[in-house]
Amino acid sequence: MSGHSTYEPKSGFERWLDVRLPIVRLMNDTIVTFPTPKNLNYWFTFGGILALVLGLQIVTGIVLAMHYVPNADMAFASVERIMRDVNYGWLIRYMHSNGASMFFLAVYLHMFRGLYYGSYKAPREVLWILGCTIYLVMIITAFMGYVLPWGQMSFHGAVVITNLVGSLPIVGGPITTWLWGGFAVDNATLNRFFSLHYLLPFVIAGLVILHIWALHVTGNNNPTGVNVKSENDTVPFHPYYTVKDGFAIGVFLLLYMSFVFYNPNALGDPVNYVPANPLVTPAHIVPEWYLLPFYAILRAVPDKLGGVILMFGAIAVLFLLPWLDTSKVRSMRYRPTARLYFFIFVFVSLVLGYCGGQLPDGQVIPGLSGLVLLDADINSFVWLSRVATLYYFAYFLIILPMLGLTETPLPVPESISDPVLSHPASTPVGAMAAPEKRG
Amino acid sequence: MASTVVGESPDPHAPGEDPNRRDFIHIAVVAAAAGAAVGIGWPLVNQMNPAGDTLALASIEFDLSKVAAGQQVVLKWRGKPLFVRNRTPAEIAKAVATPLGDLPDPQTDDARHKPGKPEWLVLIGTCTHLGCVPTFGGGDYGGWFCPCHGSHYDTSGRIRKGPAPKNLEVPTYAFLSDTKVKIG
Repeated sequence: MSGHSTYEPKSGFERWLDVRLPIVRLMNDTIVTFPTPKNLNYWFTFGGILALVLGLQIVTGIVLAMHYVPNADMAFASVERIMRDVNYGWLIRYMHSNGASMFFLAVYLHMFRGLYYGSYKAPREVLWILGCTIYLVMIITAFMGYVLPWGQMSFHGAVVITNLVGSLPIVGGPITTWLWGGFAVDNATLNRFFSLHYLLPFVIAGLVILHIWALHVTGNNNPTGVNVKSENDTVPFHPYYTVKDGFAIGVFLLLYMSFVFYNPNALGDPVNYVPANPLVTPAHIVPEWYLLPFYAILRAVPDKLGGVILMFGAIAVLFLLPWLDTSKVRSMRYRPTARLYFFIFVFVSLVLGYCGGQLPDGQVIPGLSGLVLLDADINSFVWLSRVATLYYFAYFLIILPMLGLTETPLPVPESISDPVLSHPASTPVGAMAAPEKRG
Repeated sequence: MASTVVGESPDPHAPGEDPNRRDFIHIAVVAAAAGAAVGIGWPLVNQMNPAGDTLALASIEFDLSKVAAGQQVVLKWRGKPLFVRNRTPAEIAKAVATPLGDLPDPQTDDARHKPGKPEWLVLIGTCTHLGCVPTFGGGDYGGWFCPCHGSHYDTSGRIRKGPAPKNLEVPTYAFLSDTKVKIG
């Protein structure tokens, strides 16, 4: 999409088409000849995996919509009909429900990759912000999709999340009623969630096209974080990364299908197989695993509005990251101090996820009754969530801005090829191949 | 900035301080388009508000003689649970004895029930935190306990502990007779 195109139409038809709609040229420049850094590792394969999962979610979703009935009285039964009576309905629904989990698994790995290698830094800020927007729309889509089976967890999850809006002063109440289309989560709510759940994946697909466009303007980041200096630093996307991404997709599909075929309900909540009942709330409401860290942040704050603000703030802060990280060095390979804080951040995110699945008053260390601080025992998940929430925000708002100014990074290689060529194991070959690069 | 040279024949299309005919057409078109956008935008937004049949949901009547002392019945009203609780004298005494200073959302017990009917508590059964249905008799204060995020309500339905900001809401209702109430 950018730079010089090397596409040469091969047949008469291709020449004819190329001057009318250069779509073959676009495809060729995007996924065949696109110059890609030659040192990308497997952490860089999740973009391709995500594109595939999005495609699978859209295809399985369209099929499910052929059989699903978006009506509060019939939704639950129609899902059971898909599972029991529709030909291969069980397969398609399990692919869709587990596909959502796999989508989030891949997107989190993709995001941690970006955080580690500094892929959000100039000139890739817009690329990063588009990615954050995709993630935000994914969350909304996944939430609305989870409501559709109209089980107990669907229903009460929808009640809790729509009530978050109600915490806004003055406008909160009217907006909640507007979202519901009534005075409670009911048939009107289910209908509109179905409509939007069908729409938003196509919005995501549009954002993905912009995301890839922005990627192809700046080019890929790479594990060294060093800019591509010459053609020697790149290889064409095909066959080098079509094959690498293809292998990664194969491994990823093994994991995905092992859930679909051998443990399709492992990631879901059994309570959602109970039809929705507005009069009884399940004993323990939890979102799906991929939203648990944000749920933990919500519950960590004793104030309703404050909790909602922090929960959305946890996502909003990602959008500001390109301007919060002050370091000029992209890759954390060359930032040992930042790397340590990054690994703590990953660990803290997992801790938040774990806390989100536990009862707030539950004891972290069983049987140990500690000091009561403010409103809860120190040895409780609510306090663990608070400490973890503090670190989560400190990482973005204090640690990254400060570290860039105070740390001493390791020497950054001059080019992508340099660390390979100067590696002791490759000295003879390197010396022969690129004598000009030897000091 | 008018750059008209003195003596030059005035250009009817030149941008000037006074709106000329072309400016007028621009302004008129943009204004009409903006008006049309708002005109179609509002119906598109407002269609999501409660529909006529939803608004017309009738009020309900309930026979209190079904509820024994110390019990609670849960009704469905406007899609939401409604608690009708017959309080025991001990529960009432406990609620009355609570000092207002202990309450995050101060309200006397008298303000929570109809005059002369302290045993009958009619409340909307959704937690004021995030809308879950609190469980009867649970929590540290013997009223209700919300399992979602740990809000404790007392025997008057007032918030005592946890993240909920307000007391359980009292709907509009009236006694038709000693044993019959009309809610809504």
